[in-house]
Amino acid sequence: MELMDKLTILADAAKYDAACTSSGVDRRGGKGMGSAMAAGCCHSFSADGRCISLLKVLYTNRCIYDCAYCVNRRSNDLPRAAFTPRELAELTIAFYRRNYIEGLFLSSAVWVSPDRTTEEMIAALSLLRGEYGFHGYIHAKAIPGADPALTQRLGQLADRLSVNIELPSEDSLRKLCPDKGKKAILAPMAQIRDGITQARGELVKYRHAPRFAPAGQSTQMIVGATPESDRHILTLTQALYDQYKLKRVFFSAYMPVSDNPLLPARRDFKPPLLREHRLYQADWLLRFYHFRAEELLDETRPNFDTRVDPKCAWALAHMEQFPVEVNRADYETLLRVPGIGVVSAKRILTARRVGPLTFSGLKTLGVVLKRAQYFITCSGKMLEGLRVNPDGVLRHLVALEQPALAGHEPEQLSLF
Amino acid sequence: MDWPRFAYEYDGSFAGFLTCVFEAYARKEEPACFLTHQDGRVTLWPARAVDTDDQKARRVYRSLDRSMGLQAKRLVTYGFLTCLEERELRLWEFLRLGYERGPSVMRDLTDPRVSVLLKAVRHLTNEAHLLKGFTRFSDQGGVLAGEITPKNRALPLLRPHFAARYPGETIILYDRTHREALFCQKGNWAIVPLEQFSLAPPEGGELDWRALWRRFYDTIAIEGRYNPRCRMTHMPKRYWDTMTEFQREEHSPPAPGLATQT
Ligand code: SF4
Ligand code: SF4
Repeated sequence: MELMDKLTILADAAKYDAACTSSGVDRRGGKGMGSAMAAGCCHSFSADGRCISLLKVLYTNRCIYDCAYCVNRRSNDLPRAAFTPRELAELTIAFYRRNYIEGLFLSSAVWVSPDRTTEEMIAALSLLRGEYGFHGYIHAKAIPGADPALTQRLGQLADRLSVNIELPSEDSLRKLCPDKGKKAILAPMAQIRDGITQARGELVKYRHAPRFAPAGQSTQMIVGATPESDRHILTLTQALYDQYKLKRVFFSAYMPVSDNPLLPARRDFKPPLLREHRLYQADWLLRFYHFRAEELLDETRPNFDTRVDPKCAWALAHMEQFPVEVNRADYETLLRVPGIGVVSAKRILTARRVGPLTFSGLKTLGVVLKRAQYFITCSGKMLEGLRVNPDGVLRHLVALEQPALAGHEPEQLSLF
Repeated sequence: MDWPRFAYEYDGSFAGFLTCVFEAYARKEEPACFLTHQDGRVTLWPARAVDTDDQKARRVYRSLDRSMGLQAKRLVTYGFLTCLEERELRLWEFLRLGYERGPSVMRDLTDPRVSVLLKAVRHLTNEAHLLKGFTRFSDQGGVLAGEITPKNRALPLLRPHFAARYPGETIILYDRTHREALFCQKGNWAIVPLEQFSLAPPEGGELDWRALWRRFYDTIAIEGRYNPRCRMTHMPKRYWDTMTEFQREEHSPPAPGLATQT
């Protein structure tokens, strides 16, 4: 089979994985080729608006399993292919030299056995790191059920490892992918977590200690294929950050790829892109804004408001904590104001050391007041001419989101 | 202290600009505008022609972190690379303020003389960050060659990045907007003015890798999430011109769409 055909099949098979970042590790070039930037780097954006940072492919799409929600399931009739380690290494190097990509994201269906699949991936990555001297970014998928020694080896070659949790509950997992259990997924996750902690500890002691997934671990789950609430998903996400020390949790709106009666009917199904978007916004609040899942959603409100973003929704439910005085509020408090982000909050702290801030001063700093104006005072005063009652604020905030939400069609939805 | 106003004329280089700053302070003059020799703009102010003097430039440059700190020095150096209108004048105003206030000038984010530069520099660093990803190279007889069309002069910011990324390669990156080229080879580098530059048409293996990349690009998008507007916000159209995925060679066959989907 020609390389062009293999690439087409194996990129098409990998495209539903949401993880795309090349972030988390800084590495200046050595001899061979390549470097890595902690901030990550997008090399292109595809027609669906998603970032392309890595050559995202499966090693093979030949699978012994039959997960109902997956295009590559055994029972699905579609062309199958596999790379050879050399083909994959040459493709990566050629793309990398031309600055098409920041590195490789290698995942795989389960071919013959989890061990055999992992061995193939190791062979490809060893060739790339060794013979081709590649120092760019590598994200590899650990295969649940593989021998821990093989997963260990994979982690020494990759910058980031991930194990996909796939579905947000054990119940759904049992129904839709009977071959994999929660245990099979969580075991490698825990192994990777411990491997990372251990390698970090050793690196402090000896400079040449072997590295293990220095850019950390991530996972992904499919949203909208099964009945879990946003609250369930966000609580699980938080637990993954707390207990498994994950760097990122990715959400992927379910794309209808099957007529299995346990899944939403394929006809007229709209992927829940807005819901995915809200989950990413909430995830952001967990990671950078010191929010806890239980502050954002509870039994009475198990799902996100579709009309306003989670931070606005939280603020509207806690109006007793507002308005906040920008000249006195601490960093944490500023971060909770809708419309004020990490950058704005830091600028406010810097600028107010020189003198008291006014609304026009905030604008000069680059703070966007559209949302924030309802929640702050400058030296005790609200923005002049602004009249607020709680209903009015909600209406205004909803109106601000309208353009982004028009029609809920993927085509008009502006993600991220 | 009202200093008499002059139109400062210099060669357009950073050292030249710093020499102007030196002269203005030495002569107690207020530059009313800055002109480069080729500018041909007519002004009402008496002209002050300044010859670039490396000694004087260096003295001003060294005074920057001493009197207003490293951050301010970076702001001035980067500020000179931006496409901010009348950037020399904006830099001059900032320098006056900085020499007077010292390092605390960098905290005064609401002063327009500071904020206008900060904003322009953010524009520059953002553009350079995007270009670290959006730049495309072609293999031309073993040399990696590429072209960009940035609004700001991004080459000095891109240089360390690409040098670390391709330690063993020879690179030529041409900035069409500002007509200058970056050359890098084995740790040596230079950024030089270059009036004319054009890439040779791709051939041989280069054509194959390009076709493979375009195929990957077209395949990786999920049809059911098609969202061209979102793509455009992340990757404005003005970058597309020099990106391989949007260039079509005569003979490359079109992608077969989603032929592998059931
Ligand atoms: S987080 Fe978004 S922008 Fe950043 S690398 Fe990933 S896809 Fe690109
Ligand atoms: S094991 Fe992976 S590739 Fe195979 S069917 Fe399940 S999800 Fe798909």
